[in-house]
Amino acid sequence: MDSATISNLAYLVAAVLFIVGLKGLTHPRSAVRGNLLGATGMLLAIVVTLLQQEILGFELIAGGVLLGSLIGAILALRIQMTAMPQLVGLFNGFGGAASALVAAAVLHQAVVALSSTAAPSLQFRVATAASGLIGAVTFFGSIVAFGKLQGLVGDRPLRYPGEQVVKLLLLLAALLCAALIVRNPQQISFYWYLVAAGSLLGVLLVIAIGGADMPIVIALLNSYSGLAAAATGFVLSNNILIIAGSLVGASGIILTRIMCKAMNRSLANVLFGGFGALVEDDQQDDVYAGKVTATSAEEVVMILKSARRVVFVPGYGMAVARAQTPVRLLSELMEQDGIEVEFGIHPVAGRMPGHMNVLLAEENISYDKLREMDQINPAFAQTDVTIVLGANDVVNPVARETSGNPIAGMPILDVDKSRTVVVIKRSLGAGFAGIANPLFAADNTLMLFGDGKKMMDELVAAYKEA
Amino acid sequence: MGETIAFVNILTVFVLAVVVGIEIITKVPPILHTPLMSGSNAISGITIIGAIVAVGSGQQTLTVVLGLIALVSATINVVGGFLVTHRMLSKFKKKD
Repeated sequence: MDSATISNLAYLVAAVLFIVGLKGLTHPRSAVRGNLLGATGMLLAIVVTLLQQEILGFELIAGGVLLGSLIGAILALRIQMTAMPQLVGLFNGFGGAASALVAAAVLHQAVVALSSTAAPSLQFRVATAASGLIGAVTFFGSIVAFGKLQGLVGDRPLRYPGEQVVKLLLLLAALLCAALIVRNPQQISFYWYLVAAGSLLGVLLVIAIGGADMPIVIALLNSYSGLAAAATGFVLSNNILIIAGSLVGASGIILTRIMCKAMNRSLANVLFGGFGALVEDDQQDDVYAGKVTATSAEEVVMILKSARRVVFVPGYGMAVARAQTPVRLLSELMEQDGIEVEFGIHPVAGRMPGHMNVLLAEENISYDKLREMDQINPAFAQTDVTIVLGANDVVNPVARETSGNPIAGMPILDVDKSRTVVVIKRSLGAGFAGIANPLFAADNTLMLFGDGKKMMDELVAAYKEA
Repeated sequence: MGETIAFVNILTVFVLAVVVGIEIITKVPPILHTPLMSGSNAISGITIIGAIVAVGSGQQTLTVVLGLIALVSATINVVGGFLVTHRMLSKFKKKD
């Protein structure tokens, strides 16, 4: 067998490992093994590629791999769990950049060699343009997403008159450059114009999106990083790139759809819609005036002590306040007293899909207590106390209305069905959707005003004393 | 003609992989969505293969340089992605 046959067979094994590995991620018990299988597939693919006869310059390759491994390992091992969304965003970006650069490198090589061999195929030319465009959008979109999540760029969406027209013109310019490359690949400068237009497009697309929509953006960029890899696979006519890339592309698209459904919004509405408008103060007064009941940690503890079932509903505010440790402490104390404790988690709580689950798992909270929305909603009626910590729009009952407000029709956690609701929050300030929340003024709701971490610490202390 | 057949073959692989991907991912429970993203993201670092080929071609300086930057980026993606996924997944435990 020649070297190409051997490497293609090895790629087939790697592809199977990727698929079986992803399958492992469908259950927490098999997930660690699944991830290791995926990594094994990757290692196999890399080793086989290195063993191909035509590969030269091992020193350079070893140097690049060593440097990349070092940076990747430091980022992965030293990052705080609370900073996970921006890290995942950043890794997406690196994947996209790599795809666009590989396409550029191969295009350059093909054009230089053009005098000696036949012109590159149509597949090669179209795929190169696709890889450049998607890769650039992914990289720069991810960089902006990283900046927003890290607090380097404003969390609020940046909106300006005519922004959709600007984006449309940029897209048209990018497509024009792509067409010129397909027509005449020797004009490499058009590839870089294409990358420039894609880069600007990536920046403008993500900068217009606000914090609470980040789960959708991160999932979408995840999908793009896969599609860019698949496009590079078409450039190289390499099956393993196509298979791995399209697996990831499909995965990102599915996640994006799940996130959109959980917000009852279309992808177009998230990318181009006008969310995050200013709050109307008079409307807030109508909802809250004279109806809000403030409480203290001691009072909450008294209610908790007589409860049989307590549910925590965490939101992005818990991550910001880093309040997950006292949440775990309080849940352990209550469980010692025989109180049943569960966690109700909305699909879009936090800044990336599954954000809250990672934070609570990090605290060593058993994963069978982390309940999805559909599982926990019927159980709120049998819940004595629900503690809402740093969540707002996902527990806002006005979402049940069919129209008339920005979150109408969005599936929510039915916390208001529980006997008592304790909302821990700094103020009555509006959530991302910019609307008042009648839950805060409900008869069975008590507001515990203050910083999430501080209030949770007080609850733990008061619980121990009582 | 040969070129068209080759394209259809490769398109077949692409479409089948998308279908397999959709089938598997739909079954991932929400609690594992973050590890799914970082793990699948590491897999999308498969471009590292293309980067190795570009650097290893050793012919055109520009190709090698672009390939090298791509190689470092893809390696960060692969190594960082798998490691951070492992770190997260090892936290998901069931207590009795």
